Formats: sequence, structure tokens, C-alpha cells
Amino acid sequence: MNELLELTTTRHNPHVDPVMAMWEWQIPVYLFLGGMVAGMMIISGYFLFTNRHKESNCSCFFIPIVSVVLLSLGMFALFLDLSHKLYVWRLYTTFQFTSPMSWGAWILILVYPALIANILIRPAKWMTEKVPKLLEYSKKINEHPFLVKNIGITNMILGMMLGAYTGVLLSTMGSRPLWNTSLLWVLFLVSGLSAAAAFVHLFAKNKYESELLAKADNGFLIIELFVFVMIFLGLLSSAKPHIEAAQLLLNGAYAPVFWVFVIGIGIIIPLFIQLLAVNHKIKHTAIAPILVIVGGLILRFVIVSAGQYSHWFNAHFH
Amino acid sequence: MPRFGMVIDTRKCVGCQDCVIACKTENNIPEGYNRDWIITESHGKFPDIQMEIRTERCNHCSETPCVSCCPTGASHIHDVGGVVLVTHDVCIGCKACIEACPYDARFAHPDGYADKCTFCIHRVEKGENPACVEVCPTYCMYFGDLEDPNSEVSKLLKSRKWHVNLTDAGTQPNIFYLV
Ligand code: SF4
Ligand code: SF4
Repeated sequence: MNELLELTTTRHNPHVDPVMAMWEWQIPVYLFLGGMVAGMMIISGYFLFTNRHKESNCSCFFIPIVSVVLLSLGMFALFLDLSHKLYVWRLYTTFQFTSPMSWGAWILILVYPALIANILIRPAKWMTEKVPKLLEYSKKINEHPFLVKNIGITNMILGMMLGAYTGVLLSTMGSRPLWNTSLLWVLFLVSGLSAAAAFVHLFAKNKYESELLAKADNGFLIIELFVFVMIFLGLLSSAKPHIEAAQLLLNGAYAPVFWVFVIGIGIIIPLFIQLLAVNHKIKHTAIAPILVIVGGLILRFVIVSAGQYSHWFNAHFH
Repeated sequence: MPRFGMVIDTRKCVGCQDCVIACKTENNIPEGYNRDWIITESHGKFPDIQMEIRTERCNHCSETPCVSCCPTGASHIHDVGGVVLVTHDVCIGCKACIEACPYDARFAHPDGYADKCTFCIHRVEKGENPACVEVCPTYCMYFGDLEDPNSEVSKLLKSRKWHVNLTDAGTQPNIFYLV
């Protein structure tokens, strides 16, 4: 038999013992919505950049509106998570250079104006009916194609920052071996892009765009699989706590939900369906994009929960 | 600049929990929550088994992931002795610091803010020992300035063998366990 190691503790702090579970549903929901909005900003920014907004049914007109709604829902979830809510304004009386969360708070402040500028390029009918002045602003912006392009670029850059930050927030936590991989931001950014592409694919009125994003989504899903492989290679060739963290997903407590929901239902099955669809073997349906979006949400739940579960305890041994 | 730390003699600690109770009453810690606790660790292979009992708390580390992740500056390093503290009415309860501590030494106080050991800074600044050190019936805990070569803690670290917890986590803890 191997050497035995038993640790008994008298500590039983709520949500800390026996395993860390401080962050509940609010954080994965926030990370998912933030990541999806990030992807949408990149996609709509790209449409503006490539002058697609001149097409009458370009989805770049509804994406930023949906983004504002989803991001606000996400921020509300984050707010629900705060346990000292009355002091939330403290986020905005300081900037803490070393804190990803502080970066995130300020990035979010920049994201809203960028989304609003995006909306103003062609405000929806129900908006201009209520506030006719919006048409004037819109006209002014559209008089300067240069400005439209720059709004597109700004949306793309801020989208990347937002998407990356949702991963960096976790990956800077050296305390949780599963999160402590520098590729986590790539995973979350690609997964956010994938969910956003699925969303636009699902709702785009323009056939060309819908097809384009189904193809793009296939690319994102393949990249996501690749990033997963890289993350596991990194963890498995690292220290013991990191190896154990990887095993949590690969064959441990989280393996069933990881393989079935994240990899199977969230990536492989929709990828398979969408590959057939873009090659015109079958018709596009809502199934694949819905699976991608649900898979993206479950991914955040699994990473947040399993990450908190992963720990350094074995290193107590001396 | 002084750096406060603790040296705990695991050969004397019997796990009586007096330090735990002292902390709870001194710092008014609500029922069900702990700023300090007892760990019993056994390792080895029969018949060669070793056991260590030790009292644990926030290590007031020199490298502080809990401070660097805090978005509001509520978690900070105090001017006196490098003690790691949380300013309650600056903390928003985001719990990032609780996640960031590899020792799980923090918790969310029922009032909302992140909480943990303060080294009883309110006592230390009056020249007293932290409550846990003061109460220990076996005198197994020592508190003092690690930077001062003549302090009791520095001398003990020079004369005895010791370990710290989770060296690999890179936090440079300031609580030392004599073995
Ligand atoms: S033990 Fe944890 S809470 Fe205390 S200073 Fe170290 S990292 Fe921070
Ligand atoms: S819970 Fe409070 S002290 Fe901890 S990181 Fe958040 S704001 Fe800072």
C-alpha cells in the first residue's frame, strides 16, 4: 500500500468547507453572458468594418441591442453574487491595476457606449418612433464612413478585451489549479465567439450571414476542441495538483458532465450537424446553434465548479 | 520595517481548540465560522506513522494573491508589520479574495464582507499578543517580528527545524511550524 495521508480539520466555514463553493450560479451565468456579448461585439464590429451595415437586413442592427440586454442581465447576475451589495460603488472609486475584476469593471463601463454607438448607426424602428431625434444622430454618424468603421473596430477590440477578461478573471487564481492555465482566456473567448455565432446564425434574416456564421461557428468549435487539448496537455505535464485538476474533468468527479454536455452536446454533435448543413447534405435547423449556446453555458458552470473543487491540499505533505 | 509572523511548535500543540475559542470571543466571530482552526495530519505507512497537530489561520503571506485580486483595495497590507487586512466598508463581497487564497483561510462574513484572521492587530498595536497566542495553555505559539534577528520568533527559526504550509503555492507564508 502507498503511504497514507490524512488531514482532519475542525474548520467548517460555509461555502468553503469541505470544498470551495463560494461562487454559485451567478458567476458562470455572468461569465457566459459576458463571453457571448464579447463574441457578438466582435461579429457586429466586423460587419460594420466590412460595410455590411449597408445591407438592409444586416444582423448588425439587432446584435448590439441584444448585447445590451444580455450584458445587463449578466451584470445583474454578478450584482446578485455580491454579498456586500451596498458598497458596489466602491468598484468605481478606484482602479486596482493587479485585479482582473477591477479591469473588468472598467472595461464594462467602456463597452456600453461602444454598443450604444453601434446601435445609433441604424436604430430600430421602435426606438425612432419613440425618440425621433435618434434618426438625426444616425444620419450624422452615417455621413462619416470613417466613423462607422471606427465604431466597428472599437466594438471588435472591446469585445476581445471583454471575452479575454472573463477567462483571465479565473486563470490568475493560482490557488485553483484547474483555472491556473494561461489558455483559459482563449477557451472562453473562442467559446463566446462560438455562442455568439450560433445566436446570429439562429436569428439572422440575411441568408448570406446565416450561412457565413454557421461556417464560422464550425471553425470556432474546432478551435475550441484544439484549445481543450492544449489545456489538458499543459495541466497533465505540470505539478501534481494540476494533474489532479485535469483528471477531475477527464475521468474524475466532473467527467460525466464534461464529456456528455460540454464536449458531446456542446461541441461534437452540433459540429457534426453543422458540417453536414454547410455542405448542403441536410437543412439548417435550430438544433445545432441551440446546442452550442447551451453547451457554452454548461462549460462555464463546469469550469467554475470544478475549478473551485480543485485544490493544493496534497501539497500539505512535507 | 517589521514583519509580523507566528511560530507554532507542533510538538507542543495538543489541538485543545483554546485558540479557536479565544479568537471567536475576542473578535466576535459568528457561530459556525472560524478565523482559526486545528488541523490533524497523519502520514506514513504502518507501523511507521507520524502525526502532526497544528493550529492554522491566514498566513499573512508576503506574496498576497488575495490582495492583488481585490478590485476595490479593501484587501490590503497594513502599514504595521505587513499584516493582511480587509476594510469592511470598502469590500463589496465579490469573494475573489476567498477564491484566491490557496489556504481557504477566508470566508464571507454573514454581514457580507470578506473576513479572516487579523493577527488581532487591535491588540498587537497596544503591545499585546494576539488572543490565540495569549490563551494557549501549552505555550506553543509565538508572535513577533521576523525581521528582527533578536526576536523570539527569529531565534526559534534559527534553532529549530520548521516547515510552512503549501510552499508550492508561492505565497511565502509568515506562519512557521516547528517540527
Ligand atoms: S493565507 Fe490566504 S488570505 Fe492570508 S495572506 Fe495568504 S493568501 Fe491571503
Ligand atoms: S470580497 Fe471584498 S476584500 Fe475580497 S476581493 Fe472582493 S472586494 Fe476585495
